[in-house]
Amino acid sequence: MPRMLMKGNYAAVYGAILAGCEAYYGYPITPASEIAESASALFPKFGRTFLQAESEVAAINMVYGAAGCGQRVMTGSSGPGISLKQEGLSYCAGSALPCVIVDIMRGGPGLGNIGPEQSDYNQVVKGGGHGNYRNIVLAPNSAQEMCDLTMLAFELADKYRNPAFVLTDGVIGQMMEAVDLPEPVSEFPDKSDWAVKGTAESRHLINSIYLDHDDLERWNRHLEKKYAAIQKNEVLVEEYMMDDAEIVTIGYGSSSRVLRSAVDIARENGIKLGLFRPITLFPFPVDEIAKLPEKGIKGILTVEMSTGQLVDDVNLALKGKMFSDLYSRLGGNVPSAAEILEKVSELYGV
Amino acid sequence: MFLLPRRSLRRSPSFTGCNMEKKTVLRKPKGFIDVYKHKPGAEKDRTHYCPGCGHGILHKLIAEALEDFDLVEKTIIISPVGCSVFAYYYFHTGNLQVAHGRAPAVASAVSRANPDSVVISYQGDGDLAAIGGNNINQAANRGENMAVFFVNNAIYGMTGGQMAPTTLEGQKTTTTPYGRNVKTDGYPIQVCELINTFTAPVYVTRTSLQDMANIRKTRTAVRKAIMNAKEKKGFSFVEVLSMCPSGWKKDSLQSQQWIKENMVPRFPLGVFRDVSEEAETVERPVPVMDTEEVKKIFGYSDFKASTIQKNTEANFKKISLRVSGFGGQGIMSTGIVLANVGMEYGYNVSWLPSYGPEMRGGTANCSVKIQEDTIGASEVTEPNMIIAMNQPSLEKFEKIMVPGGALMYNSTLIDIEPTRNDVDIYKIPITGIADELGDTRVQSMVGVGAFAAITGLFDPEEIVSLIPSLFAGKPDKVLNMNEEAVRKGYDYVTENYSV
Ligand code: SF4
Repeated sequence: MPRMLMKGNYAAVYGAILAGCEAYYGYPITPASEIAESASALFPKFGRTFLQAESEVAAINMVYGAAGCGQRVMTGSSGPGISLKQEGLSYCAGSALPCVIVDIMRGGPGLGNIGPEQSDYNQVVKGGGHGNYRNIVLAPNSAQEMCDLTMLAFELADKYRNPAFVLTDGVIGQMMEAVDLPEPVSEFPDKSDWAVKGTAESRHLINSIYLDHDDLERWNRHLEKKYAAIQKNEVLVEEYMMDDAEIVTIGYGSSSRVLRSAVDIARENGIKLGLFRPITLFPFPVDEIAKLPEKGIKGILTVEMSTGQLVDDVNLALKGKMFSDLYSRLGGNVPSAAEILEKVSELYGV
Repeated sequence: MFLLPRRSLRRSPSFTGCNMEKKTVLRKPKGFIDVYKHKPGAEKDRTHYCPGCGHGILHKLIAEALEDFDLVEKTIIISPVGCSVFAYYYFHTGNLQVAHGRAPAVASAVSRANPDSVVISYQGDGDLAAIGGNNINQAANRGENMAVFFVNNAIYGMTGGQMAPTTLEGQKTTTTPYGRNVKTDGYPIQVCELINTFTAPVYVTRTSLQDMANIRKTRTAVRKAIMNAKEKKGFSFVEVLSMCPSGWKKDSLQSQQWIKENMVPRFPLGVFRDVSEEAETVERPVPVMDTEEVKKIFGYSDFKASTIQKNTEANFKKISLRVSGFGGQGIMSTGIVLANVGMEYGYNVSWLPSYGPEMRGGTANCSVKIQEDTIGASEVTEPNMIIAMNQPSLEKFEKIMVPGGALMYNSTLIDIEPTRNDVDIYKIPITGIADELGDTRVQSMVGVGAFAAITGLFDPEEIVSLIPSLFAGKPDKVLNMNEEAVRKGYDYVTENYSV
């Protein structure tokens, strides 16, 4: 298996090609531009389409078009670009089109800055466009996972005919690590019963209009069921030093990397800190988090680079049996292990 | 109330060959679905368009052309938002209904996904010229292989008669109750004239549906645009002035008259451009999906599992390094090379650049971790080693070092002494050594060699053996110089320090 040192942003593009992604439509935005740049370098080598769209809005609508034709297709962006894509994403979900979106989060609101933040959580995890829909959301925290989870995103997108996000922040996108490149995907799902291919048999309709109220309610119920199935089948988490943990930290993406360092340092000092990392943000590991209070732990600390977006979901999952504390850094600042440990000691007296 | 173009009067097949009693019956062209199954409600045999509306005529011209050219099966029609949002009820083609204004963007991808199909973007004036203004221009400019049919009726029909970009001066609409005031609302946009400013389009024309003569001209334009798409000639744009009796609050005949008297003078009819004959064919690549072929392009077989042995006696078991200096001093590449070498040795490695505004001018720095265990945070906040290539870097990063670490600094460019006395200090003329070798740029490899000597993690000759792959594609001269740089950096440390 080839091992290469590469940035997370590149690893996502490698993963896309290995997953059989046939087209990339994107618009440049820091800190996600490298995804478009590496796609522009790599996709043509495989006879696949790279097109720099005129706007974020055009890019997601091109994704809609390619997905409607049954292609595995991808786009990449960051905060402000994702805001612009929301309408198109709603159409993709409404028309049940599989597609993959990589969001390398940056600081907001507004133009904010290009430093790493995790403040797209709500707009991505909750399905930020109009209507009743969700995105599948995978949250890698390493270059390897940028490759692997991008591949998984394509698989899940196809499995459920739904947009799937790879959601991470500037640190994971910019960081270089060793990536073991997996085997390319060789089998693809059959989309002949819905994809429009310009042939007699494929004269299907890609559409999200249901004029009749009952029809639209039925369609929404269908989507609801689909999301329930995703919730039931696809939750992924990583637990580190959780077996005997007395204090649990929760975080994803680059915060989870810092938390891992914090856990290591805490353990060297005899503090039983553990890390619970959601790898899927939708589906959110609701049942797994709901079980945490049963372990007789002293406290839960959610660490995120946003003002309490993740912690809301943690607390919902805890159903009032416990409440998670929050430690956040913003504006491009990444929490350090030392800060986190200070917070742990302040909150839990260890 | 539809005005029927002549070709719509079709002979039923059973009557062919019976000259005298030939009867002409009306039948739908095969471009239409027999029974409009996607249309809700009971009336599955008629359109949802108002009596006297131009859409029905244009639909028919398109459906007929698709049948006549035998293209029904390979055509994909993009339905917009507006009155023609339901175009997909009617056409027996592949259909995508899309967001407001985005049909050209969607069509661009559809045409690239299916290069052999005929892709039609069907749009109204609000959709195409207002909310989707950018998308149509950019698709035109890229010369996408598609036919665009642009229905200009100077109003928003579907939403109830509001002002469109093409609404005429003084025209009353529900949002210009006092008439379009050019001082506040601007002028009607002449879209054909605009599209004609781009280089790529092959066919740009404006026609009208106001009477039979003009419908015939529209028919010719429709057929040409569809043929161009079939023959992959690129971007064809047909603007059609079309009646909206409901929006205009007129009857059919008055509407036709209104086009003639009011719209045509503002939107002159005619062919703006036709270079269809000379147009080059739009070529699209064939995607490589075969896994062996994919692996070959990525060069999977060139990768060899590393056989380099770790030095179990190394001075450092775990590296948390900051490399820092001016942009252009090879700061990032020093870090990347070290991470690469560490990876070849079988360590877990990470490299993180400082990025953002910091990158532009001033000091660049990167974090490198090399260790046995899984790496947590990739940003090095407490380095046990720094390589400072300029003075600001030394001042900034020596402060955050952990006691007992190794501080390497570039004495060629730094005149001050480090202030820390609880770390090991290595004063190395990194730039000077590189200059002696004949190229300042090899200073990063001098640093790499010195790093190997200080930490004992890497053997300089192993690093040298990796140089051809690290600098793939560089001429031998460059490779040799970098190899020498590694050795010189290494030797400088071993000759001047006991490590
Ligand atoms: S509102 Fe106008 S454009 Fe729309 S269907 Fe009626 S006549 Fe046609």
